[in-house]
Amino acid sequence: MSQYLLSVYEVEGNVAGAPSTPEEMQAFMGRVIALEEEMDRAGTFVFGGALHGPDAATVVAGGTGLDKVTTDGPFVEAKEHIGGFYVINAEDLDAALAWAEKVVEAINHDIEVRPFRATGRVRAGH
Amino acid sequence: MDDVEQAFREAYGQAVATLTRIFGDITLAEDAVQDAFVTALDRWPRDGVPDNPAGWIVTTSRNRAVDVVRRNRRGRELTEGIASDRLRTESSAEWESWEMMRDDQLRLVFTCCHPAIRVEHQVALTLRLIAALTPSEVASAFLMSDEAMAKRLVRAKYKIKAARIPYRVPDDAELPGRTRAVLSVLYLVYNAGADDARRGHLRAEAIRLTRLLTVLMPDEPEAVGLLALMLLNDARMPARGGDTDVVLLKDQDRSQWDRSLIAEGQALVLACLRRRQLGPFQLQAAIQALHCAAARYEDTDWAAIVRFYDRLIAVMPTAVVGLNRAVAVAETQGPGAALQLLDDVAGELSNYHLLHAARGAILQRLGRRTEAAEAYSRAAELARTGSTTQFLRKQSQSLERCDAAGG
Repeated sequence: MSQYLLSVYEVEGNVAGAPSTPEEMQAFMGRVIALEEEMDRAGTFVFGGALHGPDAATVVAGGTGLDKVTTDGPFVEAKEHIGGFYVINAEDLDAALAWAEKVVEAINHDIEVRPFRATGRVRAGH
Repeated sequence: MDDVEQAFREAYGQAVATLTRIFGDITLAEDAVQDAFVTALDRWPRDGVPDNPAGWIVTTSRNRAVDVVRRNRRGRELTEGIASDRLRTESSAEWESWEMMRDDQLRLVFTCCHPAIRVEHQVALTLRLIAALTPSEVASAFLMSDEAMAKRLVRAKYKIKAARIPYRVPDDAELPGRTRAVLSVLYLVYNAGADDARRGHLRAEAIRLTRLLTVLMPDEPEAVGLLALMLLNDARMPARGGDTDVVLLKDQDRSQWDRSLIAEGQALVLACLRRRQLGPFQLQAAIQALHCAAARYEDTDWAAIVRFYDRLIAVMPTAVVGLNRAVAVAETQGPGAALQLLDDVAGELSNYHLLHAARGAILQRLGRRTEAAEAYSRAAELARTGSTTQFLRKQSQSLERCDAAGG
């Protein structure tokens, strides 16, 4: 079993396909909740959700043994930023991609799939 | 090619695929197989080549891989967790069974051609792992430096391992899309063998794997089409001039064509035509079947060939198809019409030697000899194999000589 990060990249100012009416928002939430329940039942869901915008981000800089400096803002000033993510368990890439397709279907947005490597408490691969 | 090298060709791909199934790690499989070949290089010249070289290589490299994984902790987990069951339950006779190795190779083909891997990496992996080209041979097939190709292969294998691209034949729902990717990679492998006599074994390898796909996927007409296309090409290889010379289709001694390959290819094309789901490979095979059906060059049914090209260009509107269609149109509407069609694709194919060779032939027929000689000369500069370069240079020089003689 491996773990994969499914990240939703949003492009600033590009809201094509995003829910704009209360009815659309309700349908959107319905799809997301149903998908997360499905992930839960399959033992796939580890963690995930939608993030506040990059304006809400804070950067902590420094290093081991150095003073830590706290500053406002996202780490990278870019048009693209991660709007949300899922961490899932999957047997292999094909299984992860099958879940990724369901996520894209539910949220109407492109996503990136990346494998975790084994560090700390994560045991990736096998 | 000596015995050891011959055995290497035949056994490398099978052994890597089988070890990948057992150990789930391509790099480990490759290293162990390389080690087995080093042992073979030492022993076989002394003791003779074993009766079943591929089986010997698989067994020796499997033992080698078991040693390697037992030696490191991470590997020990892997052997205990995954491979040990298989190691215990599989007798060595099973490992050496031809059918099982064949299935292993098919699984590895689908891994190499996974859509999560970019196409140029898919082709490189297939040539390296399935067709058993050396990294340096793969590099020259791509006109790349050895170093750049080595990096590409490492990156591709890293992706397979890190992302856990599975090692299996896809399920029914995914199969058609995944198959298209595999077919185009196999065709690239076939062409690498057809373009260069020193790599002729790639043709047999591509045909073998494509035949296997048609057995596995009887409902995939494009696999049948690709197999027919390869067989009909292969049937004419003996008449093409081999290593040192190039003999054009119109000048070939058709008695040298392999009648049994043609019969098989044409039967497959007929089956495709009856099924009426003609995709690009089936249409190309139909065109080649028409060429093979002509007893003499003058008997070629060019009108039917152009009709198939019209259908082909509708589903596959590439410049190379445009070039081939133009050559056929020269036979139905004359060289003037063909030259116009060639000009349409000239920009896109300016570095492709066959565009300039085709222009040379058409210009020659139009009596524009100086331009024809220039086109042949340009084609010779761009050609990648010695025999083709020589042939094109001769065409160019004979035109120049005629000019000089004519004043």
